[in-house]
Amino acid sequence: MAKSEKGPREVVSSLGTPVKCFYGPGDPGDFSYEEKLNDPGVYPYTRGIHPTMYRTALWTMRQYSGQATAESTNERFKYLLASGQTGLSLAFDLPTQIGLDSDMPLAADDVGKLGVAVDTWDDFARIFDGIALDQISTSFTINATAPIILAMYVLTGEKQGVDKKKLRGTIQNDILKEYIARGTWIFPPEPSIKLVGDLVEYCTTEVPRFNAISVSGTHIREYGASTVQSVALAISIAEVYLKEVLKRGSKIDEIAPLFSFHLPIGGRDFNFFEDITRLRAARRYWARLLKEKYGACDKRSLQFTFSTGGMGGGLTAEQPLNNIARATIYALAAVFSGTRSLNLACFDEVYAIPSDLAIRTSLRIQQILAHETGIADVVDPLGGSYYVETLTDEMEAKIGEIIAEIEGAGGIVAMIESGSIQRELAAQSYEIQKKINSGERVMVGVNRFRTQEEDRDIEIYKTDPETINRQLTRLAQVKEKRDRARVSQALAELEAAARAGVNIIPHLFAPISEMATVGEIIETLKKVYGTFKEPATV
Amino acid sequence: METRKTIRVLVAKIGLDGHDVGAKVLTFWLRDQGMEVIYTGLRQTPEQVVQTAIQEAVDVIGVSILSGSHGAVAEKLTARMKECGLDDVLLLFGGTIPKDDVALLKGLGVHGVFTSHSRLEDISTFIRGKVTGEGAKND
Repeated sequence: MAKSEKGPREVVSSLGTPVKCFYGPGDPGDFSYEEKLNDPGVYPYTRGIHPTMYRTALWTMRQYSGQATAESTNERFKYLLASGQTGLSLAFDLPTQIGLDSDMPLAADDVGKLGVAVDTWDDFARIFDGIALDQISTSFTINATAPIILAMYVLTGEKQGVDKKKLRGTIQNDILKEYIARGTWIFPPEPSIKLVGDLVEYCTTEVPRFNAISVSGTHIREYGASTVQSVALAISIAEVYLKEVLKRGSKIDEIAPLFSFHLPIGGRDFNFFEDITRLRAARRYWARLLKEKYGACDKRSLQFTFSTGGMGGGLTAEQPLNNIARATIYALAAVFSGTRSLNLACFDEVYAIPSDLAIRTSLRIQQILAHETGIADVVDPLGGSYYVETLTDEMEAKIGEIIAEIEGAGGIVAMIESGSIQRELAAQSYEIQKKINSGERVMVGVNRFRTQEEDRDIEIYKTDPETINRQLTRLAQVKEKRDRARVSQALAELEAAARAGVNIIPHLFAPISEMATVGEIIETLKKVYGTFKEPATV
Repeated sequence: METRKTIRVLVAKIGLDGHDVGAKVLTFWLRDQGMEVIYTGLRQTPEQVVQTAIQEAVDVIGVSILSGSHGAVAEKLTARMKECGLDDVLLLFGGTIPKDDVALLKGLGVHGVFTSHSRLEDISTFIRGKVTGEGAKND
């Protein structure tokens, strides 16, 4: 062989394992169809949680939206429903996420910026004006103030004459990842976990069709977690919540079916096959975990239910239309992994919150895949691939390894309190960035294939500067109309319930109905629970 | 060989935005470039940041903001810096900042704006250029 002939490129997976040029009948070594895969809808659900998947129902196409005021969000919701979207997803502004009212000094710069401002139930009810809550499912990206938002949804349903047992949707209610990655914490971890448990426990009996929790690996991944770490950390966090509810006497099969996950696809260090296989692996890992460790029997407990989000982190400011191609490939990976619902980051998201055109394009990507390509015709079409099954096995082993390491370090809560997990992920993020800087990790248009860009004017969504004034006027009007004494009384009862350590959800309805603000409710609870102090992490 | 003064940088998160991995990555990078870097943590007010900048005698304040409130924050921060006489401190903004807003921030007295287009080297080179007068002075 001529010496000048170059050998094949060396490839190492994100797990650190060497990747062969091709895989064959010997891969993976100890393969048994029944044990490792089995048919879709059958334990351990590696191939999917339903036997027919997209042949029966396509994934839910859900674009994250919500901005400024209740009216503009309501308008956008109606626009999306008319465009064929099948579920709603609501974004809240930062003050609402952190429990501040629009008229509080710290909130001023962020009112209505990244989502809708909700100060009182009056705002919330307007978002769903003319939208029948028994006809749709709604996903709420909310954590620290999740109990308040769920209570508002229940009350809004009641007002429409819809029984809470008929409400469908998902509430994120995953506070632990907020300490790691997204920063919308209020109380310290311990009482926060208690509140997560309150919401799950309440939904079990009262709002049974609602996913009371959606443990999210997405923000953790954006923060620097590897693709498999994002799944392993999410499962580790889910176990904290499971244990919280179990210790109150709930049975595993009553609560586990209410757990769902939201997991990322894509990113700066995206690998198509790794993203798919770690989700196939997660289904198998979860099924075995719930059966063997927790003794679950109900198949809904054993089924790892997840939605996916095409990540914004892998999208680039350079040559932004390239992001449509990236989002398409993320969507393809999400569908091959058996996602139940998909939200795709939009091509202009690097600049601002998405414009109507960009949101529609993300929805159209999903519709093209669903209706024009045939990829929704066969369940788990990659199943049985020598490579995919080998990688799925490796991913499953790694998930177990990471979870064992976390337990060895005293558990995820201890790691959050000390800041060690935050430090580890930020350092990983820095390593990825260095690889992009050096060109070791190629990003098209960023460190390779750069062009002198035409100055394309992307239509950028701008928040109406009048938003805050409108919101302040609304809040002042609501405050003027309410009965101050009844508000105080309801808040005092809430505080007593929090001090008594009982489930606080039933005690939220009175203050919310009396138009107590989100900020007033949170300030009341802070008196009992305290406030989180961030550990130094860098 | 002359010992060069070590550049001191305050990386700050102002407002409610909790996305701080970019701030941390920048902190690591500037430290690797030999600078001393302090990171404020989340949810700071402009007043707190200016106070820390004075206490720590920094040469540079770098504000990371991804929530869209950069305009309002820059207004308050630059006003506060003027009040406290921090005229010599280099002020940088970075994050999700639309192109159209760059001029607005510069008009308020922000010296450099770095968005998702920027590379880490661009930021460290800019700082070194402005603080020590070395290297490229690209904006």
